[in-house]
Amino acid sequence: MAKEQDKILQKYTQNEYKYGWVTDVESDTLPKGLNEDIIRMISKKKNEPQFLLDFRLKAFRHWKEMKMPNWAHLEIPEIDYQDMVYYSAPRQKAGPKDMDDVDPELKKTFDRLGIPIDEQKRLAGVAVDAVMDSSSVKTTFKEKLAELGIIFCSFSEAVQNHPDLVREYMGSVVPYTDNYFAALNSAVFSDGSFCYIPKGVRTPMELSTYFRINAANTGQFERTLIIAEDDSYVSYLEGCTAPIRDENQLHAAIVEIVAKDNAHVKYSTVQNWYPGNKDGKGGIYNFVTKRGKAQGRNSKISWTQVETGSAITWKYPSVILMGDNSVGEFYSVAVTNNHQQADTGTKMIHIGKNTRSTIISKGISAGYSNNSYRGLVKITKNAENSRNFSQCDSMLMGDRCGAHTFPYIETENRSSIVEHEATTSKIGEDQIFYCNQRGIEEEDAIGLIVNGYAKEVLNKLPMEFAVEAQTLLQISLEGSVG
Amino acid sequence: MSIDAKSIDLKDRFGDFFYRNLERLRDGLPEYINNKREGAIQNFQKYGIPNKKVEAYKYTDLKPAFEKEYRTYIEPKKIDFDLNDIFRCDVPELDTHVVLLLNGWFYETKTPQKKLPNGLIITSLREAANRYPDIVEKHYNRYADSETESLTALNTAFAQDGVFIYVPKGKTMDKPVQIINLLMDEEDGMSQHRNLFVMEEETHAQVIVCDHTLSQKNFLTNSVTEVYAGQNARMDFVRIQNEHNGSTQLSNFYLNQERDSRVTANTISLHGGLIRNNYNLRLNGENCENNTLGLYLTDRGQHIDSYVHMDHAYPHCRSNQLFKGVLDDYATGAFNGRILVRQDAQKTEAYQANNNILLTDDARMNSKPQLEIYADDVKCSHGGTSGQLNEEAMFYLRSRGIPLKEAQLLLMYAFAHEIIGQIHIKPLQDRIHELIEKRLRGELSRCNYCQMHCGDAGKN
Amino acid sequence: MLTIKNLHASIEGNEILKGINLEVQKGEIHAIMGPNGSGKSTLASVLAGRNLFEVTEGEILYNGKNLMEMAPEERAREGIFLGFQYPVEIPGVSMMNFLKTAINEQRKHRGQEEMKSSDFLKMMREKKDLVEIDSNLTNRSVNEGFSGGEKKRNEIFQMAMLDPKLSILDETDSGLDIDALKIVAHGVNQLKSPDNATIVITHYQRLLNYIIPDKVHVLYDGKIVKSGGKQLALELEDKGYEWLSKEAAK
Repeated sequence: MAKEQDKILQKYTQNEYKYGWVTDVESDTLPKGLNEDIIRMISKKKNEPQFLLDFRLKAFRHWKEMKMPNWAHLEIPEIDYQDMVYYSAPRQKAGPKDMDDVDPELKKTFDRLGIPIDEQKRLAGVAVDAVMDSSSVKTTFKEKLAELGIIFCSFSEAVQNHPDLVREYMGSVVPYTDNYFAALNSAVFSDGSFCYIPKGVRTPMELSTYFRINAANTGQFERTLIIAEDDSYVSYLEGCTAPIRDENQLHAAIVEIVAKDNAHVKYSTVQNWYPGNKDGKGGIYNFVTKRGKAQGRNSKISWTQVETGSAITWKYPSVILMGDNSVGEFYSVAVTNNHQQADTGTKMIHIGKNTRSTIISKGISAGYSNNSYRGLVKITKNAENSRNFSQCDSMLMGDRCGAHTFPYIETENRSSIVEHEATTSKIGEDQIFYCNQRGIEEEDAIGLIVNGYAKEVLNKLPMEFAVEAQTLLQISLEGSVG
Repeated sequence: MSIDAKSIDLKDRFGDFFYRNLERLRDGLPEYINNKREGAIQNFQKYGIPNKKVEAYKYTDLKPAFEKEYRTYIEPKKIDFDLNDIFRCDVPELDTHVVLLLNGWFYETKTPQKKLPNGLIITSLREAANRYPDIVEKHYNRYADSETESLTALNTAFAQDGVFIYVPKGKTMDKPVQIINLLMDEEDGMSQHRNLFVMEEETHAQVIVCDHTLSQKNFLTNSVTEVYAGQNARMDFVRIQNEHNGSTQLSNFYLNQERDSRVTANTISLHGGLIRNNYNLRLNGENCENNTLGLYLTDRGQHIDSYVHMDHAYPHCRSNQLFKGVLDDYATGAFNGRILVRQDAQKTEAYQANNNILLTDDARMNSKPQLEIYADDVKCSHGGTSGQLNEEAMFYLRSRGIPLKEAQLLLMYAFAHEIIGQIHIKPLQDRIHELIEKRLRGELSRCNYCQMHCGDAGKN
Repeated sequence: MLTIKNLHASIEGNEILKGINLEVQKGEIHAIMGPNGSGKSTLASVLAGRNLFEVTEGEILYNGKNLMEMAPEERAREGIFLGFQYPVEIPGVSMMNFLKTAINEQRKHRGQEEMKSSDFLKMMREKKDLVEIDSNLTNRSVNEGFSGGEKKRNEIFQMAMLDPKLSILDETDSGLDIDALKIVAHGVNQLKSPDNATIVITHYQRLLNYIIPDKVHVLYDGKIVKSGGKQLALELEDKGYEWLSKEAAK
């Protein structure tokens, strides 16, 4: 039986990364290395106000004093921060107003990724900010959204057009002192998305950012800031891919969310950075700090993530539940195959009274990979009558991989209830045979079983993403059942 | 003789003390024990006393306990008393082989019971080291980690005595061995005793350990117990921790199980100042079974931290950990469990749960149940809950006319029962039931007959 | 429809089937009986294509095709249905989704279009009644949390949905109380047609009070030692399996 499983395993582990091509586009690239001059140059290129440059330099000086964290269950090779490019942008006219201004190569790139940035072609339900390397290529439906008072633009544009908002909120959820990669990002971030939903407005379509790394030897450091005023709602999507390259590339992003009274922010990610080849060569190091502050009463922040890419993932989308009755949710499917490593999870910090959080994490490990859930649930003394429920399941495929669960539960009052459950399982040969006997092929059987396992999370994704995510899961696991 | 608490770093303090007294530490013990000391103290100095930055000690700060001044017991102190006058075990109908450790030294009572039939041995580690070197050398410091665990290394550097139990192949210990750890002195004291229990193939034994403080001084115990359970051996281990608030109890338990063996370890922590129980469990053969359970009832400023590392190295083994706690007043607790299932350990079944009830808003509990799994055909689960008594059950009881306070007690008692029910020595189980009930009613902060009233001692 | 010639099969080097010969025609119900360990379930698994077992000798022809060359899912799409002795639990996968996938695979194989959701639901409703299966069961995950009886009924329900040509029911009666047994038997009888055939594998004669076989075979130590009409089953009931050892020795 074991042999048979090995065969199935081998067969499915030999898959190809679909998004591995490179766009031939002229880039405006700064020299390698990291120092104050580089940071000043980035700031100057982006024509930034003084406060932003000061912020960057403070962050940089702080970063220099810090050490790379090593507590995660990851083996991270030494990263040479001087051997990396911190700014590279496709050369095009600043802030193209309409499609004709966008470089056709770039247009083609995003078309090929299935993210047409031409509004005519685009699904009516989604507005996209398309970011390549260090800068935003095009934001769609901007005008239509503006009619409702919604600001949806690249971070750079926000800096120019809404400096007060940027100044007020940037770093208010993730301060530059937060951790090593947050400090690095704060020093060198290049672009990203900015989103402001005014009071009482429900965003009529999904907002989304699509990140594409293209240039070689370049780190991607974007920043996303979402502010939801009282009684507002927004559903936000994020997708990402990168070309196949032999060297590792660093992606260190920050996402900050602020939700005020009764506001609801739903943030979904389908992360599909290049994971490296089957021998573990190349791939993106994905070190991301994502955090939401549910500061208003009855506010709600939901994170949903489908993580299939990256050589190494280090990421803990978190919610600080400050407002009374606020709600935090984290739904995650993380798939690792071949030599990928993932250490991902969440932090739910309960501060307000009657706060609720739910954590559903589904890890799937295959090949030689390691997949860890790491989460903190902290109920502070004043967070009376708070509740948390966590469910962390792992599925293993093959006997060369690892699945790990590291929950931290800290409770400081008596009226709150915290529950954590976890299980580990595998796809059995008997399950596959049962499906075969009913006429369902191995590949479909695996897809069926994996999607069934991850269903609770996939159900949380917006429709447009759910289908893509299901397919992605199946593709990522091609080559891995035992 | 005492360790100077101030000024010097703790590491160096112990280092200096060690080298100054090395000859005395070595005295009367064979080379195979003494030759581990210097390496161990170096390892200790490398890591020092674990602080909160060490992941495994994230929730427990040992520094204040170590910074106090203790007399260090590197030779037995002459205390003249008839033990029966001040201490007597109050568990009726519990027939055991009793041995005493006084401040970490084996205490010769008037009725020696070390001459047992069938080659069974219960004696001091000191004597065993000299009389049965073949057995002791084969197992001493083989399971304990004196390389990277600094507290264990510290013990290995200083260990001079403790209890040795040996059950030869095919034999059964006719009745439980009861080890009573007594701490008693007119000044603050530190004990670093070392126990070794060797169970050969096809054996069965039960061991009860009781920890008591008999004087109102501050005590620090840093003990190491190594247990070897041979093939198809069965062992039940019960520990009752009942010390006063001025005590610090650091217990390092290392268990090695060979194939087909079954071990149940049950720790009831009734009382103590700071308790840290480290369980390092290794299942070193197929078809082993291990149950490690703990119940802790803490109040006031007490702190208890249970750390379990379960290592599944072979297939077809089963392990189960269940730790339950009730925290009152401003007591704090931590649970840190880690199940490691190695690649070859297919068909493992491993379960781990930590459930806590917080009775006040000042009590705090930190729980970290962790799974680390490298084999794919396993059944593993873990869970943790933290909260209050079930409101529906409370309401149900009260609606039947049971007063609030009584209803709470009933439910807490039921909560604790899951652990106590697993104690396989019936009279002891009954007695612990009683003690728990008293403890939950707040009527017990010491053993029943003890005159020391030590529950009030050593308040920080 | 099915011809088995001198079939030998083994698992991990142990020979379980030691030369089976069997001929099943359209419209027939065959019962295969025998004591535990005689190779009944192995035969069922081999027919369905489970690769746990290695066929070392012999051949199996199904509608003139060599069954051995077909993958399990191909056999299923060609109309072979195995009712599992121990139906497998697949957490998270709903019965609905599972069956829809299975049926559409079959349709694709036959060059038919995918079934419309409304038709599918209608068909589910009809077939559910046949085995008196609780309508909630179809909303649950495949076999997960089903009682033993529910699992067995679920197998017959799937058989009804997939409309196979050759059904092999492996100990479908074991662990069922008499009411459930009647329901299962009723389902099987209802599905009988001149175009399909059924092989009922059982340890007990009881089931054959409700499903009347055309032929009964006795399997003992990997071989069919006796074949006959339905009265053979009664004979077995009377004498038990012991006398078979003598029979086998002949």
